[in-house]
Amino acid sequence: MKHARIVYQGATHLATDAGEGRLALADGRTVAGNEVAWLPPIEPRTTFTLAINYADHAKELAFKAPEEPLGFLKAANTFIGHRGQTLRPADVGFMHYECELAVVIGKTARKVSRGQAYDHVAGYTVANDYALRDYLENWYRPNLRVKSRDTCTPLGPWLVDRDDVPDPMNLNLRTTVNGTETQRGNTRDMVFDIPALIEYFSSFMTLEPGDLILTGTPDGIVNVNAGDEVVTEIEGVGRLVNTLVAHP
Amino acid sequence: MPSSQDYAALAAGPADSRPRTVVGALLNYRQALAALGDAAAEPPYKAPPKAPVLYIKPANTYADDGDDIALPADVQEVEIGACLGIVFARKATRVDAARALDYVAGYRVVADLSVPHATFYRPPVKQKSRDGFCPIGALAERGQVADPDKLDIEVRIDGQVAQRATTGDLIRPVARLIADVTQFMSLDRGDILLVGVPAGAPRARAGQRYEIEIAQVGRLANRLVAASA
Repeated sequence: MKHARIVYQGATHLATDAGEGRLALADGRTVAGNEVAWLPPIEPRTTFTLAINYADHAKELAFKAPEEPLGFLKAANTFIGHRGQTLRPADVGFMHYECELAVVIGKTARKVSRGQAYDHVAGYTVANDYALRDYLENWYRPNLRVKSRDTCTPLGPWLVDRDDVPDPMNLNLRTTVNGTETQRGNTRDMVFDIPALIEYFSSFMTLEPGDLILTGTPDGIVNVNAGDEVVTEIEGVGRLVNTLVAHP
Repeated sequence: MPSSQDYAALAAGPADSRPRTVVGALLNYRQALAALGDAAAEPPYKAPPKAPVLYIKPANTYADDGDDIALPADVQEVEIGACLGIVFARKATRVDAARALDYVAGYRVVADLSVPHATFYRPPVKQKSRDGFCPIGALAERGQVADPDKLDIEVRIDGQVAQRATTGDLIRPVARLIADVTQFMSLDRGDILLVGVPAGAPRARAGQRYEIEIAQVGRLANRLVAASA
């Protein structure tokens, strides 16, 4: 099943995918997806993000693939929903999207081995992990000014139940900018796969339901500008649409 | 899985009264930056910090005054970061320094516990995000604190004074820090912004008890214990 959190006619609703672009609300109504405002499908508790977790992207950024996962955290302020607007400051020369498979934890995980890792997964969604490279500083890099800005992490549209994604380690990802494909990859090329990431993070901290792991992005990042429509899409998980607007 | 019921629980977000976000400022005491000397301008940093550099203390780190804090087997000692925590009263976005304190509900003593680390190049997830590594003290309402930029801080370990500091040494004082952080990151009601760890944070081991006192704000004390295997 695919779940969403939306605003319709002045109220927030939980909804499920009713097919043909429609959503079923808990109160029995079905509504068209373009009649609703989409919120992130969950309010994440702790968000882990992986840097350089695809071998080709590591090469693109002139880094050697890391020996242990290079994780950082994002705060709750940064998320927006499907079809949202992301603010692009005028003084930034290089701002790029990152299409990422996002794993939602569904069950407490502490010192979990990779063999049991999927037992702790509730489902998956799509994240667009924007970065504003002009603001990079070499302190706790990537610093939060680059990676945890308001509006800069679109998430959604759906939370897709774990069992509806039989092989999350073999999903095609792609990004289009104004309809032109700029990024393409497959989750099989992750340096540290989902079980390895759950094993790693849960080895030194306790994960809880609502925690979110953004698993990194493949090769193919380009600068995007105000007015651009950026679509990050993962096979079987979702197609997340975002528009950049100039930061006033 | 999950059933729609489980989804409803996930969608709602954290249910308790804990802060949604606790975020701290790196190197915000003059002496802490000065202690790095020329290294701040050399690789891997190449230049001293310009904008506030922040780190997150995630939800698994939250603990209370009086809790025992378990040190995992791979952690021999922890640094006791004696932090003034600014608590927000309402959502703060791109706030002017002149109005910044209007957004403050009050202050808390917060212990930012860290596995000691000499490099600040990569995010300190493994060093700062262990379970229980962010004990949070009681709220002192804003009106109880005459000037948040003139508060004496004292850390005692097993009753002995281990550190004295003052928020008078902040590079970005409270209002300026709020203004600069909310330029890029909104903080919401209940969220906590840690103003920084004073230079020369003392260390403690399992079996020891620390107490942090910040004048006009309060006290926070925890015992460190060895985690059971």
